[in-house]
Amino acid sequence: MENTNKTTDLLRFTTAGSVDDGKSTLIGRLLYDSKTIFEDQLAMVEQASKRKGLDHIDLSLLTDGLRSEREQGITIDVAYRYFATPKRKFIIADTPGHIQYTRNMVTGASTANLALVLIDARKGVVEQTCRHSFIASLLRIPHLIVCVNKMDLVDYDQEAYDKIVDQYRAFASKLDVQDIHFVPISALHGDNVVNRSEKMNWYQGSTLLNLLETVHIASDHNHIDCRMPVQYVIRPHSDEFHDYRGYAGRIAGGVFKPGDDVVVLPSGFQSKIKSIDTLDGEIQEAFAPMSVSITLQDDIDVSRGDMIARPNNQPTTTQEIELMLCWLGNAPLSPSGKYILRHTSNEVRALVKEVRYKVDINTLHRNEEDLEIKMNDIARVKLRLSKPIFVDSYSKNRITGSIILIDEATNNTVASGMII
Amino acid sequence: MNYNLDHLRELESEAIYVLRETAAQFDRPALLFSGGKDSIVITHLARKAFYPAKFPFPLVHIDTGHNFPEAIAFRDALVEELSANLIVGSVQESIDTGRVKEETGKNASRNALQTVTLIDTIEKHAFDACLGGARRDEEKARAKERFFSHRDDFGQWDPKNQRPELWNLFNGKYNQGEHFRVFPISNWTEMDIWQYILMENIQIPSLYFAHQRNVVFRDGTYLPESEFLTLREGEQVVNKLIRFRTLGDITITGGLESEADSLAKIVEEVSVARQTERGNRADDKRGEAAMEDRKTQGYF
Repeated sequence: MENTNKTTDLLRFTTAGSVDDGKSTLIGRLLYDSKTIFEDQLAMVEQASKRKGLDHIDLSLLTDGLRSEREQGITIDVAYRYFATPKRKFIIADTPGHIQYTRNMVTGASTANLALVLIDARKGVVEQTCRHSFIASLLRIPHLIVCVNKMDLVDYDQEAYDKIVDQYRAFASKLDVQDIHFVPISALHGDNVVNRSEKMNWYQGSTLLNLLETVHIASDHNHIDCRMPVQYVIRPHSDEFHDYRGYAGRIAGGVFKPGDDVVVLPSGFQSKIKSIDTLDGEIQEAFAPMSVSITLQDDIDVSRGDMIARPNNQPTTTQEIELMLCWLGNAPLSPSGKYILRHTSNEVRALVKEVRYKVDINTLHRNEEDLEIKMNDIARVKLRLSKPIFVDSYSKNRITGSIILIDEATNNTVASGMII
Repeated sequence: MNYNLDHLRELESEAIYVLRETAAQFDRPALLFSGGKDSIVITHLARKAFYPAKFPFPLVHIDTGHNFPEAIAFRDALVEELSANLIVGSVQESIDTGRVKEETGKNASRNALQTVTLIDTIEKHAFDACLGGARRDEEKARAKERFFSHRDDFGQWDPKNQRPELWNLFNGKYNQGEHFRVFPISNWTEMDIWQYILMENIQIPSLYFAHQRNVVFRDGTYLPESEFLTLREGEQVVNKLIRFRTLGDITITGGLESEADSLAKIVEEVSVARQTERGNRADDKRGEAAMEDRKTQGYF
């Protein structure tokens, strides 16, 4: 059941895991126990469960969208799901764990505030756990919740749980994740998911839903370094707004106010903000992730792809970038290939100058010998660009620090990258 | 100072970003306007995105001829108010010229025929991006839809070969003959739509509010009496206080009994609803993958 209270915020989280981890069951459980599932959806799942010869309702069937997924019993693509509680609205990027796992996980992780990592209580930390956690850290998801699932199958034993927590902490010390929480759950029976478990009195922490509702996300955006990529120039050509030029875009960082000194890149021209306009009137400040339209006091040349920043706090203007690249395309990276690079609202051509190493995402080892980059590979590379772009490191700003590569021949999106 | 947007403002900002990106990346975008609440919300968002200029694309209505008269009157009034450019693609014309054949039989409707008219209209006007009001929460095949959804030169959607979509970097590049469907409100739920309509006080057709209407109870829903509805054995026309949760063709859109005659009451009603909003739509009841099949062929 969704709430009618308007002043809730929005948490985007990603889940990863294979069928065996009970990921679909966990999502089904969250939707079911938060009363998001409608009667007609439930009736459909009940029927489908019966057809499969099950004696319980298979909540995982709620999340299998495409015909081939139902036929093969696997999840192929990232699916987005929604639920809300009186405290928050949630968007789940539900990513499959096995097929094209890196590609899908990276996609889901790119917009997430939080990652849910599922561990089977019987198996502990396995290769896949490391893989998921590494991608969460690489994509700089600010918060991580480790769910030790299937506690019912280890008799809700505290020792089993503590051992896994220790094991995970030891591994996570190699990663760059600030905020990690642990919860012992049974998605199948609902223990500690929405409702507190009566079988694990030794656990004093929050339920999973309670954690999701209370994680502090207001600081996840950069509110310090002012950046607005110009997306579109609004020119009404009407009598009322004859010489009006609004620079429309979504704030990527910092706080903009009328009267602020700004610089426009690449021209380097400086001006002051005259107004920040919306249909509902002028506003006094704009911050990420607001979509606004800015007018400047001086008539200077500004177009799509330009960046508005502050004279004393500018992004780096560069024609060479070093980044962690995730390869998403079917065809491997071609060293002589021509790629289009998209960064904010900017588009340039890119050449691969150097592949430094590949990362084995299961062991985190660097491989400097085999440098062929295929689908699902993660590598550190250097690119040379046809024109300068205006970047921050991904660790400073996820919007001005990220890029995608498009194959000029096929128009497909073949890679995503985080600028170092 | 608390620099935090509430969820409706964040969704609004995301949708405006997508609308502007569409105008910037494509040569000939269009907004598919059905007259339903979702396309009305997108039209409202488009006004915001390009203010004080007019939004730089026409509204396109695929007209099955089986409309609620109220919906057409609302469309025309809105087009007038915004001085927008309206393009109508007519299913009747597609039937008359032999492009499609009218369905016959018990549950015949023009719903499926729209796809041909839609694709013909897109080709005729050489639209390279069609903005639509589809939401991922509506139906499970839609849950995997991208914001920028690529269609091949037959207008078809290939769910297994979608372009990955990361951060807010959208790839709208296409080859000759291909086009995109763009869904700015992908991340909105039915509840978000209603809360937003309430918050922004957006005008919507009277059909959404509780009203007295002659209806026939069929397949678990109240179908409106119209010139297209033939009574079956044992059925009778009754007068009920109903409202519609979604608007499609008058032949397939069922109403529900309701006393919600204001936006606030609708929000209240939706928040306790136990059936999905498409539960009253006969077009989704044609099998488990009904939506997926229509989408792969080029449906909205």
